Amino acid sequence: MSAFLQYLVSGIAVGCGFALLASGLVAIHRVTRVVNFAQGMFAVVGGMAAGSLLSAGLPHGAAEAAAVAVAGAIGLAVGIAATGKRGTSPQSALIVTLGVGFLAYAVEIMIWGDSPRSHAGLGGAVTLFGAHVQKQSFLVIGVAAAVFALLALFFGRTYTGKALSACASNPYAARTMGIDPVRMGLVAFALGGMLGGLAGVLLTPLQPISYNSDVLLITNGFAAAVLGGLNRPVVALAGALTLGIAEAMVAGYGEASYQTVVALALMLAIMMVRASRRTALQEEAAR
Amino acid sequence: MSPPVIEVADLVVRYGTATALDRVGLTVRAGELVALIGPNGAGKTSLVNAVLGVLRPAAGRVQLRGRAGLVPEGRQMFDDLTVEDNLALGAWRRRRAKGARDTARVYEVLPQLADLRGRRAGSLSGGQQQMVAFGRALMADPEVIVVDELSLGLAPLVTADLAEHLRALNAERGLAVLLIEQNARLALDLCGRGYVLEAGRIRAEGTAADLAAGPDVADAYLGGRAGGKGER
Repeated sequence: MSAFLQYLVSGIAVGCGFALLASGLVAIHRVTRVVNFAQGMFAVVGGMAAGSLLSAGLPHGAAEAAAVAVAGAIGLAVGIAATGKRGTSPQSALIVTLGVGFLAYAVEIMIWGDSPRSHAGLGGAVTLFGAHVQKQSFLVIGVAAAVFALLALFFGRTYTGKALSACASNPYAARTMGIDPVRMGLVAFALGGMLGGLAGVLLTPLQPISYNSDVLLITNGFAAAVLGGLNRPVVALAGALTLGIAEAMVAGYGEASYQTVVALALMLAIMMVRASRRTALQEEAAR
Repeated sequence: MSPPVIEVADLVVRYGTATALDRVGLTVRAGELVALIGPNGAGKTSLVNAVLGVLRPAAGRVQLRGRAGLVPEGRQMFDDLTVEDNLALGAWRRRRAKGARDTARVYEVLPQLADLRGRRAGSLSGGQQQMVAFGRALMADPEVIVVDELSLGLAPLVTADLAEHLRALNAERGLAVLLIEQNARLALDLCGRGYVLEAGRIRAEGTAADLAAGPDVADAYLGGRAGGKGER
């Protein structure tokens, strides 16, 4: 029981990290229709930058916030590179994000080397019903919950948030009203950068990252996001939590090296069941 | 004569090698109701997009004096947003002006919308959506409102109601209207003056009465010279 609880909490924490990453993917895709394959890179940069800033003597809080800001700025830069030129198709932009991701490998190795790095998060553990759970896990869950609440407020209540949703819903109508979808897309990329960066900042103390950790992160984030058709943040959140928990359970009770395979197979199964159900429903509706 | 709010001269729009508009000229003056009629593919929506600056013309001059509100073809709702949010976003160009996003003035003019304010725009009927599109255009606090296909896909009664709203907005608020329509009878009944656009060129222009009586329009759009049509 205590081991289960331990795996569950750490699974939820990692799932929250995936969810942050996935929500960045969703935000960018909704507004620009671009699948941003550089999303995992934002997390790597966020995690690495936080470590460097902490080593440079910045206090906790400031270092992490600055790292998130750096990732946001890089998100904006990727957005400009991928979608800044008017009339770029989402497919071309996707290729640009993929290219930027590879370019980032070289830059990251130049700055941080090629070995895994980590930084101290919230140290210590708490004992919960006999289970030792790292405090950092609770921090990840708490921060992620707060960020999701803020995102919901941003998209649901603010004028800019609604304009972003408007671009996602009907770019032509948005343009005729003077809402510029390209600029709104850049806002989404900056937001995606910050969300990815935050995921990296929060997860790095739990599991060290290296320049190519983005593959694992984007795989999980993409699997979560695609569950909701890349358009539904709440479904993406549920998918990310499922992935995180499944991976923690596989690693805990089974073999850690199989965790991603098993979790992704589970997602594939869920998607296949959902897809067949939807087809059945559509056939029903067509009758 | 009142000053022009929309002035288009020698406008050329091309898509690749295809010419959508060929040296088109058109004027809408303050407080005027102007019809632009023509069949599918004549270039009507290209003209709208050029006037609103969504489309860059290959040549010619487009001048918009004051603000324009657009009721776009196909209504173009933000389906996932509420009626209230759809309306509020209509004020985007003036978003920093005081009270610009206040939707109360739209509900005053179009009271039917007040009951729908919390509904998802995508769940409304075509007529209700067209009303939201009207309201959204009004939120821009426009001097001129451009209506791209008022009647398309709507029941005649609904269209008549919307046309009445347009007439009232014009009469009571001095709002200029450029009405783009395939339904020439509706357009020429409502408007004082009109243009006929065919294959990217203005084929005829004049008062609604002259156009309705002229052979081109009567034969092509009104099913022969209907007696007395266009007399207002």
